[in-house]
Amino acid sequence: MIDREQVVHVAALARLALSEAEIDRMQADLQQILQAFEALNALDVSDVSPTAQVIPLATVERPDATEAPLSRDDVMRNAPRVERDQIRVPAVLPED
Amino acid sequence: MADDLFRLTVADAGDALTAGDISSVDLTRSVLDRIDAVDARTGAFLLVTADAALAQAEDADARRARGDAGPLLGIPLAIKDVLCTDGVATTCASRILEGFVPPYDATVVARLKDAGAVLVGKTNMDEFAMGSSNENSGYHPVRNPWDLSRVPGGSSGGSAAAVAADECLAALGSDTGGSVRQPAALCGCVGLKPTYGRVSRYGLVAFASSLDQVGPLTKSVHDAAVLLEATAGHDPRDATSLPEPVPDYAAELDGKVEGLRVGVAPEYFGEGIDAGVASAVEDAISILKANGAEIREITLPHTEYALPVYYVIAPSEASANLARYNGVKYGLSDPQADDVDEMMATVRAQGFGAEVKRRIMLGTFALSSGYYDAYYLRAQKVRTLIKQDFDTAFESVDVIAAPTSPTTAFDLGGRTADPLAMYRADVLTLPASLAGLPAISVPCGFVDGLPAGLQLIAPPLQEARLLRVADAYERLRPASPAPRQAVGA
Amino acid sequence: MTTPPGYRVVIGLETHVQLKTASKMFCRTSAAYASAPPNTLVCPVCLGMPGVLPVINAAAVDLTILTGLALHSEIPPHAKFDRKNYAYPDLMKWYQISQYDLPLCVGGWLEIDAKGETRRIRITRVHLEEDTAKLTHVVGDDGQPASLIDVNRSGVPLMEIVTEPDITSAEEAMAYGLKLRNILRWLGVSTANMQDGALRIDANVSVWPIGAEVGDTKVEVKNMNSFRALGQALDFEVERQTALLERGERLEQETRGWDERAARTVSQRTKEYAHDYRYFPEPDLPPLEITRERVQRLAEQMPELPDAFRQRLTGELGVASADADELIEDRDLAVYTIDVIERHAGPAAEVVTWVLQDVRRLLNARELESDDMPISAASMAQLLALRAKGELSSTMAGTVLEEMFDSGKSLEEVVAARGRQISDTDALADIAREVMAANPQAVADYHAGKDRAVQFLMGQVMRRTRGQANPGKVTELLRVELDRDRGE
Repeated sequence: MIDREQVVHVAALARLALSEAEIDRMQADLQQILQAFEALNALDVSDVSPTAQVIPLATVERPDATEAPLSRDDVMRNAPRVERDQIRVPAVLPED
Repeated sequence: MADDLFRLTVADAGDALTAGDISSVDLTRSVLDRIDAVDARTGAFLLVTADAALAQAEDADARRARGDAGPLLGIPLAIKDVLCTDGVATTCASRILEGFVPPYDATVVARLKDAGAVLVGKTNMDEFAMGSSNENSGYHPVRNPWDLSRVPGGSSGGSAAAVAADECLAALGSDTGGSVRQPAALCGCVGLKPTYGRVSRYGLVAFASSLDQVGPLTKSVHDAAVLLEATAGHDPRDATSLPEPVPDYAAELDGKVEGLRVGVAPEYFGEGIDAGVASAVEDAISILKANGAEIREITLPHTEYALPVYYVIAPSEASANLARYNGVKYGLSDPQADDVDEMMATVRAQGFGAEVKRRIMLGTFALSSGYYDAYYLRAQKVRTLIKQDFDTAFESVDVIAAPTSPTTAFDLGGRTADPLAMYRADVLTLPASLAGLPAISVPCGFVDGLPAGLQLIAPPLQEARLLRVADAYERLRPASPAPRQAVGA
Repeated sequence: MTTPPGYRVVIGLETHVQLKTASKMFCRTSAAYASAPPNTLVCPVCLGMPGVLPVINAAAVDLTILTGLALHSEIPPHAKFDRKNYAYPDLMKWYQISQYDLPLCVGGWLEIDAKGETRRIRITRVHLEEDTAKLTHVVGDDGQPASLIDVNRSGVPLMEIVTEPDITSAEEAMAYGLKLRNILRWLGVSTANMQDGALRIDANVSVWPIGAEVGDTKVEVKNMNSFRALGQALDFEVERQTALLERGERLEQETRGWDERAARTVSQRTKEYAHDYRYFPEPDLPPLEITRERVQRLAEQMPELPDAFRQRLTGELGVASADADELIEDRDLAVYTIDVIERHAGPAAEVVTWVLQDVRRLLNARELESDDMPISAASMAQLLALRAKGELSSTMAGTVLEEMFDSGKSLEEVVAARGRQISDTDALADIAREVMAANPQAVADYHAGKDRAVQFLMGQVMRRTRGQANPGKVTELLRVELDRDRGE
């Protein structure tokens, strides 16, 4: 159901640098869990519409009004590294 | 009296404060002393904000002296560390948020502060609210006050243990698939999960956005009513919060169950349910019947699918909700690293615990190209069927009664090796969560010296009904000789 | 550049447009980030802090629907937001709230002029999402390469307009871009300035041999910061792909960035990270139901669009094509100009020339935006009327305009202080005779055949009248008087 290669692929998507041992354990766990999920296939859901939310709400919007932002200190306080009033991270390569 | 003020309920403490018999500072000191005395054993708190609490208590006393009143004015409460608190570290019991100090209050926290509550600290939990035993805390596990070798349940295990061990008068938790009700049941306190949308989620660190709700853990149903009223209501910062008026829940507790139609579904009493627990719950139902309630057998045929549905939907939403923890803006990081992608993936691998990683992987997989329809979409469809089961049931009953947890508190370490066994701890609380329904767990006696919980489920926004029934049961419940707590006086 | 013989060029454009709202897409923080110091327009929501929730800005939805209506899109009754998951440090939540299968606007078209022909470019969809933070790549204080994050831009409303692959050349792409930009400006939904990043056009380009089937492979070209760059990048890419095919190679699906300095596109594929956006419905936002009343209300707010306006200018008003094109790039100025034209008795072209030259020169010199125009259309029309009647010379009119611009004084005040042009024949003739009497040498020069003497005498008249004499009239009168003088 889920092979090791898939686990590696999913870990890359999730940006989790898992160790080899973690990948092995993860594969076993996911395998077991997904097996339990097979139960869902017993149901015919072809005519059932999906539920993404349970509340009877639609079109919840707010007026286009502004309020005060955080102070820059509050913005930066938790940042691991700050330089020139900005958050510094190791060099980012262009988006691919 | 002064020695054990910490044992008071919110209601009794409120009366004593109103009468001028005690001050909030007295009460708060008593609670802080109690924490000092027992928290090393329970592990219920991640952070105790003693100085701030005493300052808030002084404020509350000053407010009262000026003529202010209110059921929470000066009452010491604990907050699950999943709720953001302005200027006070908020970690979700995760190493990845170590040192994070939010610059804002969750709406529920702001409402409690406005009501004059005293916040004594942040309670321990399963990391990012993922777990049923509190063993997934990134810091230390919580122990059940009734038996320190057992789990308190999860994920609001810290809040439940703190209430049970009298380390606060009441607490807030969060319930995604049972995280308030199940630990309440295992620790012998009251735990309420409101209707999805009843209480603002703004500032509640998201686990599964379509399921998360903030709810109170208390020593009595009345106290749960008080906390719900203080926290519920529309919030313009939460687009999923319901714009409905908030009733005076406490005022509606009239103790009556006459004519009440109570649904009992066989699906909640089947395989895997501890016989002792089932019998405690059946006794509770008999008490309701003896007092005029009508017991009706109903069926909720898709109950068995709740577990796989939940463990597809919740991890899927979580995989996106927990993506932001990447060492860039806050929390665990390695700013000296040379490669940003490697840094982010490494921080995530180091900062998240095993269960969180498992769920992120599960959710990422369920949403990924080629698997979305088979897992996520299918789970959403079955979620519809589960909701329809309840819709049908509530055509003929007013509330549904069931056990909260299949078992009483289990041994620490007893299920950690088997994720599915752990997931099954939520099997009776998941359906109401998936349907967005309000549900409460109220203690219904002891099985082999450990508390058991009666779960009541109501239609959307019928919290008043739920609380009325739970309160009536609490009054009718025989005063069973409670076993002595491991952390007793 | 023309399409290489034997090949066909297939281009689709994805245009991101920052919307002109007061607050951001999902929080109440000001969206006016362009002029703000770094990280001063940030709140917990747009910073992606734990526990925050988005709330939809109704104005952003309205502006998107308005755009869809202008592009002849269908506005479906049901729309929703979805989470688009991707991991990049400028994306605060590591997912972008966007729209996947139920966008606000579906279908539509935009007509462009292509070599004198009208071509219809089909619009696939218009949807709404949020912008990312801004990354700057620097050498850090420690000498190491680093990236700096300014979160101000995070959460600014971003509308994406996607075309079908109907575009066949760089010229058409530019024509589409310019046309779209003007429409966006006329709708008032965006500043649509490419240089500021308020308008970003990405292109999907592929070249195919004629006769061969058009496949799915395409190259996404990004980072064009001007229309010029858009044209150059597409030309380069078409040429590059053609050469590739000529060599018998296959087109590879990739993203390439336009390198302005090197004047070439460069492959941006850097990491072998899997791409899978894992869209799913945004659980924090209930779906949108767009009522017909709302669509109707917006349709009624639809302003005149540049095409119709241009037609009005070049048709009944007789304005030159080139002037009209120039004018519609600046909606505020164009609307102002029409306002003046409607109050002006003379030809519209007179107003257009005046606005495009004199008025715009002053706006530029004073670094004013067109919507900061300090002179009302009514005053401007009066000023032009005074010039037309000869009460102000062209030079005087320019001076008066400048003074009104700078001092904020009314036309009446300025003209009263400076005086009007003297065109009265008797009065000017008197002055001319006085000047001739005082300058016998100049008169003699004139009679000796030195025509330049008229200029000298003219200068003297202007001096005496402090510049208010009507120069045409003075020249005419001087010649009459001089000739009469000789005749006597």
